[in-house]
Amino acid sequence: MESLYLSIVLAPLLAAVIAGLAGRLVGRAGAHTVTILGVAVAFGLSVYVLLGLLDGSIEVYNDTVYVWGISDGVRMEVGFLVDRLSALMMTVVTFVSLMVHIYTIGYMKDDPGYQRFFSYISLFTFAMLMLVMSNNFLQLFFGWEAVGVVSYLLIGFWFKRPSAVHANLKAFLVNRVGDFGFLLGIAAVLYFTDSLDYQEVFAAAPALQGATIEVFDGHAWSALSLICILLFVGAMGKSAQVPLHVWLPDSMEGPTPISALIHAATMVTAGIFMVARMSPLFELSLTALSVVLVIGATTALFMGLLGLVQNDIKRVVAYSTLSQLGYMTVALGVSAHAAGIFHLMTHAFFKALLFLAAGSVIIAMHHEQDMRKMGGLRKYMPITYWTALIGSLALIGFPGSSGFFSKDAIIEAVHFASIPGAGYAYVCVLSGVFVTALYTFRMMFLVFHGKERMDAHAREHLHESPWVVTLPLILLAIPSLVVGWLTEEAILFENYFDGAIQVLPSHDVLAELGQHGTTPAYFLIHGLLAPPFLLAVAGVALAWYLYLRRPEIPARLAGRFALPYRWLVNKYYFDDFNEKVLAPATRALGQRLWRTGDETLIDGAMVNGSARIVGWLSGAVSRVQTGYLYHYAFAMIIGLAAMLGWLLLES
Amino acid sequence: MITVSHYLTLSSLLFILSIAGIFLNRKNVILLLMCIELMLLAVNFNFITLSRFLGDTAGQVFVFFILTVAAAESAIGLAILVVLFRSRKNIEVESLDSMKG
Amino acid sequence: MEAFIFYFFGSVLILAGIGVIIARNPVHSAMSLVLAFVTSSFLWMLLEAEFLAIVLVLVYVGAVMVLFLFVVMMLDVNVSQTRAGFTRYAPLGIGLVILIVGMLGYVVWARTQEMNFLQAPPRAAADFSNTEVLGSQLYTVYMYPFELAAVILLVAIVAAISLTMRRRPGLKVQNVARQVAVRREDRVRIVSMEADKES
Repeated sequence: MESLYLSIVLAPLLAAVIAGLAGRLVGRAGAHTVTILGVAVAFGLSVYVLLGLLDGSIEVYNDTVYVWGISDGVRMEVGFLVDRLSALMMTVVTFVSLMVHIYTIGYMKDDPGYQRFFSYISLFTFAMLMLVMSNNFLQLFFGWEAVGVVSYLLIGFWFKRPSAVHANLKAFLVNRVGDFGFLLGIAAVLYFTDSLDYQEVFAAAPALQGATIEVFDGHAWSALSLICILLFVGAMGKSAQVPLHVWLPDSMEGPTPISALIHAATMVTAGIFMVARMSPLFELSLTALSVVLVIGATTALFMGLLGLVQNDIKRVVAYSTLSQLGYMTVALGVSAHAAGIFHLMTHAFFKALLFLAAGSVIIAMHHEQDMRKMGGLRKYMPITYWTALIGSLALIGFPGSSGFFSKDAIIEAVHFASIPGAGYAYVCVLSGVFVTALYTFRMMFLVFHGKERMDAHAREHLHESPWVVTLPLILLAIPSLVVGWLTEEAILFENYFDGAIQVLPSHDVLAELGQHGTTPAYFLIHGLLAPPFLLAVAGVALAWYLYLRRPEIPARLAGRFALPYRWLVNKYYFDDFNEKVLAPATRALGQRLWRTGDETLIDGAMVNGSARIVGWLSGAVSRVQTGYLYHYAFAMIIGLAAMLGWLLLES
Repeated sequence: MITVSHYLTLSSLLFILSIAGIFLNRKNVILLLMCIELMLLAVNFNFITLSRFLGDTAGQVFVFFILTVAAAESAIGLAILVVLFRSRKNIEVESLDSMKG
Repeated sequence: MEAFIFYFFGSVLILAGIGVIIARNPVHSAMSLVLAFVTSSFLWMLLEAEFLAIVLVLVYVGAVMVLFLFVVMMLDVNVSQTRAGFTRYAPLGIGLVILIVGMLGYVVWARTQEMNFLQAPPRAAADFSNTEVLGSQLYTVYMYPFELAAVILLVAIVAAISLTMRRRPGLKVQNVARQVAVRREDRVRIVSMEADKES
């Protein structure tokens, strides 16, 4: 079994190495063949593992593959924990990765860095797999950092563009802030439980419930809350929750396939996955759950609002991703971990679909991304249009689509929850439904319907994208439609996770929800009468009115509500705050430390200073060597007198 | 009653005198050598005194050898002095400072 | 009696020592040193080291001081400039001297209880031969250092000669060894020539 899991992880790595280092040797075709093969192998084996776990023919695997080192009793090792949660993640990751690989053949056709790109996305797949399959915090952190690094490489793929370089640096640095909290969390785990292994930590967690730590004298903090909040800071960075969300919209500088892979389906979900995996810890700390809930709810609503004023098609989808990540976080906050993971899975499909569809539009428009220059593309690109429509319906939670089941589960779970912040969260997620519908269909109407606003030259070249682009779209549209209906009951209510996720009975909102009904049919009917559906319909209707019927109104509204509009356009001034307050402060601190600390203190006083003192001392001492014999004799006599005196005094 | 203390005091006085002579001397290398002889004399005094009072002949034997070595050393010292005078035409101690550090 | 001899010659010795230091003329210093040696020889006789007392006079005064005087005479020292700079370090020097003397004196006088065993031994008999005792020690137990002392003297001779010997330039000297080592080929060369004149 071990070799099976190793093959899953190493196949993409091997492919990445070949495509990366021997790119010129194997050529473009070789690069994409070898990487697609690698990821396909990983996907096939992941599906095999998932099915095996489901029907019981494969046992849950938790073992060490390689011991890297043991320091003072702490084991640092490479190990795999393959249970239903990680098998689900593995399947999703490899499937979306495979789709993106195939898609890239068409999208990056003319790009000079073709092999490099394939190598990077295979490398990313390897890193993400290491992250989800790990059984200890160290490997988790390795995977965490590795996906951050590959994301950096990919966002700045077109490194000659200054905006791309700015964006990838921003992503990396903001992630770093999150990772700092994450590392502190891991350190806290180590401090309290003396172990990095998941099972050992989870076993020790209940005993830590009363433990406190005084970080600042006089203020005792609950140990478990501290650990969970620090770990969540890492999730905030990786999954782009407010205020560490600022990197995600800028990461659209990278090519569209990676926006689909990394910033929709996989890397940003690492944070969600991590919190779900750490559910035994989070369940024991109500404070941490509240924090998670409030931040998730804030992200869900406010990021959605930003999607209303974007003109770049990819940015709309990016803010949508941010908002949906907020939904997943909300689910985790109310202890509906299964719903959160369920939404993660469905979101992976339909968000990747939307990104790839946007990419298809961008190719057709010759890399034009401004929606104001599109319009009426429906008749030119039917496949793209219909798959995008399916994705949009899933996104707004149209009854029957997979997004409906997962989103509704979350909203209902929040409705039943009673932990502090649940009321606020319910308002946010409900309003979010309306806002989501509004911006999604704003995008659909601006791009595919209405008046054609592109110039004649562009119109002539409009055609449907090649099959390597549309095939992944179709393959992703299918799960976006059906996977919800098929798996909802199993995942949410039939103990799918079977111990991988733990929920305390007092927090178990999903069980409460399940008492009302569990089948998809029940949810479908119940959903048609529930507020979310009505809000979604209202949103779609408003979007139709504002952007198809009376397209001049949005501009007038923007003029009338100038102040809120400006707030939205400037993204609540988060970026400005970072650029004008935080970054200059950090730079000034660095400057001060360099000038005073490094140059004056360390170089001047300690290094050069000690040399100068030695020089001065030796100059002073060398004056004793006068060259005169009688001086030397005199010195000897003085020494003699001193010694005599000392001997006398001593006795 | 002359005790050992008297003799020891005498020899130490002689020793101190020779030391004073060494560093109070600026202009004469010969004086330096003579003060060394005086120092050796003082040490010999000590040896003989203690040889008498402890009843051990070894002290006198040692004086014998010191005398030998002192003679040899003064011969060589004077030879060096002569060569020094030949090259510098004066015997000032003050001018011997080429080892100044 | 013994006390008188000791104090008299002891003070002469000290005065001679001071004279060595203070004298302007190096010849006067050398003379004072001779006086110091002679008086100390008397004192050594008081300490029953007769052989060494005589040796002091014979060797030290007779050989070493004569050597000193030779050199002093030879070097033709300019007397007038031999005193400058005396007073600069004088206070410090005198102070140091007094300090050391004080310390040594304190040890020797005030701490005499540790030296109780050093009572004066009885005087030896009139026919007690110090020389014989010394000789018996020197040629048996201390044979090796004795031979080494001889070697040291040899080394001193060789060193002194090699340092100071110089040849006068332009001196014509016979080198007998070279004269004897001459070969016929170096001196005689057979040349065949034609006769100038016809017979």
